[in-house]
Amino acid sequence: MAPPDAGAARPRGRGGYWLYLLPSLVLFLAIIVVPFLMNVATSFTRWSGVGTPTWIGLDNYTKLFRDERFWASFQHNVALIVAMAVVPTIAGLVLAAALFDYIAKRFGARTASALRAAFYLPQVLPVAVAGVVWGWMLHPSYGAVNQIFGLKVNWLGDPDLALATVMAIMVWFQLGYPVVIFMAGLQRVDPSLYEAAEIDGASWWRRFWHITIPQIRPEIFVVLLTCTIAALKVFGPIFVLTRGGPGSATMVPSYFSYLNFFQKVNVGYGSAIATVLALIIVVVTFLFLRVQDRDQERDS
Amino acid sequence: MTSDRHFGQPGRWAVLAALVVLAVVMLVPFAIVTLNAFKSPAEYSSGGPLSLPQGLYLDGIVTFWQRVDFGLKLWNSLLISGVVAVAAVLLSVLNAYALGVGRVRGRLWLLVLFLVANTLPQEALVYPLYYLAKQVGLYDSKLAVMLIFTVIQGAFGTYLLSSVLGQFPRGILEAAEIDGASRWRILWGIVVPVSRPTLTVLLIFFFIWTWNEFFLPMVFLISNDNQTVPVALGVLQGEKMMDATMSSASALLGIVPAVAFFLIFQRTLTRGITVGAIK
Repeated sequence: MAPPDAGAARPRGRGGYWLYLLPSLVLFLAIIVVPFLMNVATSFTRWSGVGTPTWIGLDNYTKLFRDERFWASFQHNVALIVAMAVVPTIAGLVLAAALFDYIAKRFGARTASALRAAFYLPQVLPVAVAGVVWGWMLHPSYGAVNQIFGLKVNWLGDPDLALATVMAIMVWFQLGYPVVIFMAGLQRVDPSLYEAAEIDGASWWRRFWHITIPQIRPEIFVVLLTCTIAALKVFGPIFVLTRGGPGSATMVPSYFSYLNFFQKVNVGYGSAIATVLALIIVVVTFLFLRVQDRDQERDS
Repeated sequence: MTSDRHFGQPGRWAVLAALVVLAVVMLVPFAIVTLNAFKSPAEYSSGGPLSLPQGLYLDGIVTFWQRVDFGLKLWNSLLISGVVAVAAVLLSVLNAYALGVGRVRGRLWLLVLFLVANTLPQEALVYPLYYLAKQVGLYDSKLAVMLIFTVIQGAFGTYLLSSVLGQFPRGILEAAEIDGASRWRILWGIVVPVSRPTLTVLLIFFFIWTWNEFFLPMVFLISNDNQTVPVALGVLQGEKMMDATMSSASALLGIVPAVAFFLIFQRTLTRGITVGAIK
């Protein structure tokens, strides 16, 4: 029986909990909210970073939409989404299923986890360090790749090759992440599903399509979302490997905004690029979460 | 034992072989970097990148280490990542206590705000942060980077931990309240000890994520005395004065701490990797 004055157990009401949020709210305001609003405000001005910004309304944005480098940078971003989200997710699905539903069963769990660790290792590197590794491997004069194969290819310096090279590096870097997430997701799947399918004579591919993929759909969403955001934000590898070049062959929005902020001192224009990028990322996040919600509703 | 209906005996080895080849391809860059970090430039030009080093040539590593004062970079990275990890966990705990346990009004909006903050590109914050830091004399200081990442990581931690603490067994909390324990004591005496496994995972993730950061530290930490490991290596990449084997040595110095953390924290990381997936 609840005592009649059970409410008395919480004498101070709910308001007291706000105190615990206070330090965060102060820091959050100073480090995220105010700077973000300042960035948006700056995007409506012409400003070199010193003196007073001049209000120019939407001029930066109209200029932006006519700027070929800006559109090119988004095209490269799409290419990097392919390299960092689409390819790793598809390859990761096949690899995780192969390790979980084939290698682990026939060669033992240890073989499967050793292979998984090998695929994952590039992921532990800071992305800038991954860039340093490949910058050295692909150096046009002394790089290991040209030396080994007796080539004289300028992998990162040739405008026709640079983007493809960066994409390949990013596949190498990113691949392990979906493999690990998907294998963790597969642990959750009821083994009797696989056993029943095998007794029915379902081929490996049929099991892959009809059990593996539907069962780990939440993980697929998470991986696609996080990798797409990572691809939209990509900066470190571009900075280390190509600085957006040669020309603007590997220019991406994040590097393009950095360039305008700190090298061209076109702060207003840089802010406009950063604002558009932020908007795209927030929209992509919400779209993904919506689709995921619908997907879960349909299931239940 | 299941039958190999679809891949015969040779097919079964072919699958394994294909995966092993892929694994080797993934690991080859690590092997080549390690191999050549211990060679002299002369050895490299005569034997190529695949020959085994004759003896241990440490000059490349030592010269690079001294030139960039790598010990100091390690210390900077360690200090920044360590402080951020602890402070961000602390912030996450305080926030999640109010949001998950206290269920303050408007918590849903606050959670969305924290999530958006975590997904925002740093490019959309960098210039105002740079400008403000200059105004208050925090530009080119480790403290500025620590503060910024404490908030960014804390935003993610809050989002995650709030849902964990939302599931916290009510009975324990109510019993403690009836016993007259204050909220502050309930937090430190009950909530924190019980959620320690989750907090450990967060701590390690925050540490590694902060260690790996490049963009904001690169903008903020311009003096040699303040740079972190990724910043120092990234900025020096492709410098003319670096020969083939010294470049290799620099890459190795970037790889070693990262792989060391992975090995040290492997257990916790594999347990918590799905936690990190939400990021």
